Amino acid sequence: MKRIALLGMPNTGKSTLFNRLSGATARVGNWPGITVSLLRARVLVGAAIAEVVDLPGIYDLHGYADDERIVRHFLETQPIDLAVVLVNANQLERQLFLTLQLQELGFPVLLVVNMIDESRRLGIRIDVEALARELGLTAVGVSAKYGEGHNELLRTMAQLLSAGPDGRREVPADVVRRLSADDALEMRVNEVLCRSVARPYLVPEQLSDRLDRFLMHPWFGIPFFFVAMFLVFSGVFFLGTPIQDLMKQGFASLASVALEPALADAPPMLRGFLMEGLYAGVATVTTFVPLIVLFFFFMALVEDSGYLSRAAFLMDALMARLGLDGRSFVMLLMGFGCNVPAIMGTRIMRSRALRLLSMMVIPFSLCSARLQVFLFLIAALFTARQAPLVLLSLYGISFLTAFVTALGLRHHRRFVSDESFVVELPPYRLPTLRQIWLRGWLEVRHFVQRATKIIVAGVILVWLLTHFPAGTVPASAETYAGMVGRALQPVLQPLGIDERLAVALIFGFVAKEVVIGSLAVIYGLEGDALSAHVAQVMTWPQAYSFMLFTLIYTPCLSTIASIRAESRSLRFTVAAVVWPLVLAWLVSFAFYQSVLFLGG
Amino acid sequence: MSSSLTSLVTGEEASIVAIQADEVLRNRLMALGFRIGQRVRLVRRGAFSGPLQVRIGGTDIIIRGRDAARIEISRS
Repeated sequence: MKRIALLGMPNTGKSTLFNRLSGATARVGNWPGITVSLLRARVLVGAAIAEVVDLPGIYDLHGYADDERIVRHFLETQPIDLAVVLVNANQLERQLFLTLQLQELGFPVLLVVNMIDESRRLGIRIDVEALARELGLTAVGVSAKYGEGHNELLRTMAQLLSAGPDGRREVPADVVRRLSADDALEMRVNEVLCRSVARPYLVPEQLSDRLDRFLMHPWFGIPFFFVAMFLVFSGVFFLGTPIQDLMKQGFASLASVALEPALADAPPMLRGFLMEGLYAGVATVTTFVPLIVLFFFFMALVEDSGYLSRAAFLMDALMARLGLDGRSFVMLLMGFGCNVPAIMGTRIMRSRALRLLSMMVIPFSLCSARLQVFLFLIAALFTARQAPLVLLSLYGISFLTAFVTALGLRHHRRFVSDESFVVELPPYRLPTLRQIWLRGWLEVRHFVQRATKIIVAGVILVWLLTHFPAGTVPASAETYAGMVGRALQPVLQPLGIDERLAVALIFGFVAKEVVIGSLAVIYGLEGDALSAHVAQVMTWPQAYSFMLFTLIYTPCLSTIASIRAESRSLRFTVAAVVWPLVLAWLVSFAFYQSVLFLGG
Repeated sequence: MSSSLTSLVTGEEASIVAIQADEVLRNRLMALGFRIGQRVRLVRRGAFSGPLQVRIGGTDIIIRGRDAARIEISRS
């Protein structure tokens, strides 16, 4: 199978093109000799299936950020049959560099001039044929967003692939050394552009500028940002809660109408395992899936609109005082979806110190799995009017713990960096529904795949622990779970966390998605019945203390694995596990004991 | 007379005359369009001595004051 590598600078619409080519069939691929995962997809190009690999967006092949190293290493080790280089039509003067570098290295290059719809609107006329002729390579103009030129692109890719040799090409060794001086390339870019691009003398003021005057306002910018995030979350709940209620009812009637009668003659042990264990656990967790799905769609919308770069601008002054920068803040926001991609996103940072400090704070981001736990407990123990405020307070504490951690560590010699902060600010773009759908869907699928396996395994394990040794009262102190819970009581009792909740916390260490599932199994109830029961056995300070602990302590095994892989340091990974655990205990202890003290 | 990029007032435009940065930052700046002779305009400054937003050609860039200080400009 022939292999096509997709390359380009950041903000050229590379993911959009990749999603359009792959139609959301992309898989995270593993590569021999390369420790990081890259997206790849099998795409029908002409008459044959080709493999398309989405490489990280980079500015040039010289760089020393991890992303740039990854691309270089890929090109040096994995033979490719075609390099598809994506450039932003509005910024050809600086984007052609990467194309020329790749051409110079001897790769068969197909230049894809993207966003021709935008450049047309700006009055920039690009003669793609002349551009191709001047550069001595093949070029097509497309709009990856709207699909313009897509068929021509596929046709051209097929032609170039079939024109190439059948065997694997050689890979170039030592990419950096083989690149010639930038000045020569620069001269060439200027010559080429003179003959192929006509720019209007004056670019009219864009909608982006007008929006920025308000959204990036020195005083209103930050308040507006928080209002916008609040609107996103409200939107998720407004749309998601009715669906969730429907699903709860559906699961309850499925159990009473079909499953319970069907299992009426089964042995009690098996019936208990299937209904109060597996079904209760999985059904309870599943009702949160619509909320999570909506959450990812909204995040995709915010991310693709270009607003996150504005957030980086607005928050950089504060982040600089914490030893971080605007990009770290964006990663914290990404972490609201899932901590794992946020940890991997720190690859754009060149300085190891800054990366490590960012990785230290990202796990405090209140991810969607933790959100599930909070939504459940808040709905069970607080009134509808208190609920949004309680949730908001948890988001506040999520930021606060991240900031305090950075503040405490910023002077440590491992975390002091002199990293520059120079990033591009793309114009606002309204993503198409298709774009949001594809992006969101990829995230959702990843989440569901990960979650289902862990949840089913977790729920089964909790059931076994709460029902054995045989003959004990389920979830009582005599079961294995009870013993573990009791052993932890000296540590957890001052936080208001009883033996049963302690078991849920232990499983939350594996993945936060399991916490609610294990509560369902521990109490042998699901849905509304579980909420009602939890409201009876827990006081609100206990619930809040439990939520604080869940928020702050170790995120999940996947996050730990990512931190280990990205930091390549066991010591750092241990620190990133232990510190949140200690902090979680301190915060929950301070909260619970103060409430007890004040409340008498 | 040359001075640094940070001395621009909002809305003002100037030409880049020199970039006094180490190789890594220099490459980064070049890739983003900072080149000798290019016109650069200060679009806005972030509050609380936050980063600058500058425009070069068709690209907007956010850059911290500390890094912007390495770019020399000429107003003529």
